[in-house]
Amino acid sequence: MKTEAESLLPLPQATFHILVALADEDRHGYAVIKDVAARTGGALKLSPGTLYRSMDRMVQQGLIREISSRPARDMGDERRRYYRITPFGREVAMAESRRLAQMLDLARARGLAPRKV
Amino acid sequence: MRIYRLLLYLYPASFRADYGDEMAAIFRIRLRNARGAARIALWFGVLHEVIMNAPAVHWDILKQDLRYTARTLNRAPGFALTAILVTAFGVGANTAAFSVADFVLLRPLPFALPDALVRACEGPRTGAGWGCMNELSPANYRDFKAMSSSFEAMGAFTGSAGNLVGIGEPRRLAITPVTPDVLPLLGVTPALGRVFDTREDDRRAAVISYGLWQSQFGADPSVLGRTVHLDGVPHTIIGVMPRGFYFPTRDAQLWTALTFQNEDYADRTNTYIHAVARLKPGVTFEQARADLEVIAARLARDYPETNAETGISFFRMRENMSPRFRLMLMALGGASLCLLLLTCANLANLLLARAATRERELAVRAALGAARERLMRQLVTESLILTLLGGAAGLFVAAAGVPLFASLVPDTLPIATEPRLDLRVIAFATLFTTLPALGFGLFPAIRAGRRTTFDALREGVRAGGGAKQRLRAVLVTVEVTMSVVLLITSGLLIRAVWRVQAIDPGFRPQNVLALNMALPRPKYDKPVERVQFYDRVLARVRALPGVQSAAFTSGLPMVITGLVTAVEIPGREVPRARRDVVSHRWVTPQYFRTMGIPLHRGRDVEDGDGGDRAWVAVVSASFAERYWPGQDPIGRTFRHLDDTRTVVGVVGDIKVRGLERTSEPQIYLPAAQAPVPFPGAFDPKDLVIRHSGPGNALVSAVRQIVRSIDAEQPIADVRAMDEVIAGETASRRGQLQVLGVFAVVAILLSAVGIYGLLAYTVSQRSQEIGVRLALGADPARVGRMILADGMRLALFGIVPGVLGAYAAARGMSALLFGVAPSDPATFVTAVAVALLTVFAGTLVPAWRAVRLTPMSVLRTE
Repeated sequence: MKTEAESLLPLPQATFHILVALADEDRHGYAVIKDVAARTGGALKLSPGTLYRSMDRMVQQGLIREISSRPARDMGDERRRYYRITPFGREVAMAESRRLAQMLDLARARGLAPRKV
Repeated sequence: MRIYRLLLYLYPASFRADYGDEMAAIFRIRLRNARGAARIALWFGVLHEVIMNAPAVHWDILKQDLRYTARTLNRAPGFALTAILVTAFGVGANTAAFSVADFVLLRPLPFALPDALVRACEGPRTGAGWGCMNELSPANYRDFKAMSSSFEAMGAFTGSAGNLVGIGEPRRLAITPVTPDVLPLLGVTPALGRVFDTREDDRRAAVISYGLWQSQFGADPSVLGRTVHLDGVPHTIIGVMPRGFYFPTRDAQLWTALTFQNEDYADRTNTYIHAVARLKPGVTFEQARADLEVIAARLARDYPETNAETGISFFRMRENMSPRFRLMLMALGGASLCLLLLTCANLANLLLARAATRERELAVRAALGAARERLMRQLVTESLILTLLGGAAGLFVAAAGVPLFASLVPDTLPIATEPRLDLRVIAFATLFTTLPALGFGLFPAIRAGRRTTFDALREGVRAGGGAKQRLRAVLVTVEVTMSVVLLITSGLLIRAVWRVQAIDPGFRPQNVLALNMALPRPKYDKPVERVQFYDRVLARVRALPGVQSAAFTSGLPMVITGLVTAVEIPGREVPRARRDVVSHRWVTPQYFRTMGIPLHRGRDVEDGDGGDRAWVAVVSASFAERYWPGQDPIGRTFRHLDDTRTVVGVVGDIKVRGLERTSEPQIYLPAAQAPVPFPGAFDPKDLVIRHSGPGNALVSAVRQIVRSIDAEQPIADVRAMDEVIAGETASRRGQLQVLGVFAVVAILLSAVGIYGLLAYTVSQRSQEIGVRLALGADPARVGRMILADGMRLALFGIVPGVLGAYAAARGMSALLFGVAPSDPATFVTAVAVALLTVFAGTLVPAWRAVRLTPMSVLRTE
């Protein structure tokens, strides 16, 4: 019997990265885009459309939630919508990480991956 | 920046409202940071992104809505099922009816430029109308063709039949001899080979139909050049017509060349051909008719003896059908439109009723922050799903319905028997039902968006305004009106069918079996050989167990409706006048006994009535009455085909031309007293057998007898005479079945509509009723009040329904066979049925109202 978190796996790439970006602090959309780009060394550039489409779905799935707006320093003084990861979101992110780790172990056992990253 | 804002409009409004500002803000930052080429790259990226993402977001929402729809419909399966069934029936019935109507009345015939194709034959002096009063003679045809200037081409054809021998089982075929002009002027190229050509000698050539090529020649591509024997005469196959080519009717299987010799032009009363022509471009139908009428007048002046009473019958090929078929189809079209309206009204009613119960749900969702646009979108999805499911189910209803209509396709048109489903019609009908579904589906969302949500929440179950109730009442009234129209018109048609079925055909069709075996010429040119064949077959058939009597005739009543000639009465100076036309049949002894035609006076045709005895005739009562009113006809004489005949017997009249048509008086002549030459069409060819046991058992025994006498002689068209009679009313009964189903469904739908409305009213007014009851009102009076509400609605619907039905009945009075369009019995019965059904629909809500107690009402609040 799958848990509710496992039923969402595997996560789309954008969803996983958004969860990771929100893991340590609440961010607004643009900050998520920048964080993902920075962490992947510019390899993954989320477009605003993809971002908000993903976040819309994630809100409905209960992975993240919107918290009350506050001014964003890097966007002048406009009030932005900030998002926070929910406990369920953390659970799902952990489950996805475990899944990825298991896959990596399997690949490593057959010599398909480096011993140490 | 503005462009970016515009691009955002590709996203759903709710998404734009939620994230548009954010996305615009991000874009602004990026735009600020990008310079030169980077800016262009940014724009391309943005375009790409929007085009990829916007449909995806729409799809996300659609998926959500579909899931939600599935859930809500699952929660109200009764509603969903009713809505789908109602739509399916309305859409299906309409698609079937209009597919058939379009097929028969509107769709162009499968020829090149079919609108220019016309038919001509002889008619009364100033004849219009449809069909042929009489065929043309070759001489008149030649003159019409030579003197007219309105036609690009004109050809002639006639009907014939022959035995095809040499390939498989011997087979009886419908053969159409055509002049070389006919097939080319239709503009259809053969699938294989060529058609007849004036330059070649095609007198021994044959063109075969696709169907015959498939069935008899196994679709053999090397069929061209093969020789087949038609009534013993070798013919070479020169062409195969394509699939779906029918001319002049769908029975035609083989075409031979029709040529005229000089002697064919000698007698202008020798009428046996039809003309088909193509109008010159720019010449109208009316101009061509005027052209022909001038020629007919000239021929009447030049040849008064033969042409004085001969006019021209001229009609479009498309219109070669009895007006009854046209009217039947129009009546059906009207009925199915009624049903479609009724369906829409019913669907609207259902959705309104549902909207009332959902108002609270929508108000809650709106209060929880759902945008009005999202709610509307959700409801649109729901309505669309319902109607699309209904439309899809309607496809099955239509597919099942179309064969029911096959009897309504006239066999006089060159088209296939079975119409195909018209997908355009089903799309249209679905669209038509979608519109009200959308309109009434959106109704609650618009209300939910407009009013302050708290009102709806506060009002609780009493939500729903008077305006909506009135609208529903109007819809129910419309339903009642439509169903009353359908009930009355189908009632009238039932009465008409009863009347037609009650007509005495003049013979007893029960337990009479008929088998067709035409003797081919020139093999049976000698009368003696034919008579020998009849005698040998009859002797052995009569000896079969279960056979009471058997005889041959030259034409079964209602099957062969023609075969008419003029007679002359000695001492009366009106030779060959058209009013002396009689229907003549050549028969063997026992014919009247076998068919059950009563012998009034004198005697039957006897075995001794051969060429060596005085030539005799048996005549029908109306013939005797026409020429010798009030006198004894036995022993009187008349001239027929240049022979003098003495009347030896009088029999009852029969309906030769069919139950609903007037027939000429009949004369019966002994098969053994046939003049020479004798046209094959006059040959006795239908063997009729009166039997006591099951008729089917006889067929193989008769086949064996015929085979042992002439192995090359095919037997075609085995039928029971009572089936022939039933066929007379088949198209009427087919139409009636469909109309009847429409009417029953209509009245049931109206009853459901009234029930739904009243049930809702009762639940709405339960508090008021409860208070009344608490204040001492009589429960019976409350019940009567609800009943009165329902009956008032019914009356509002019935009055226009009765008027509409009367108007419709007037329009189709030609179908009513003498039943008055205002037939009181039908009207009273139909109205009573409508009232009773509505009454049944109001009973449950009224009962519920009576059962209400003040306590139960207060408890639910």
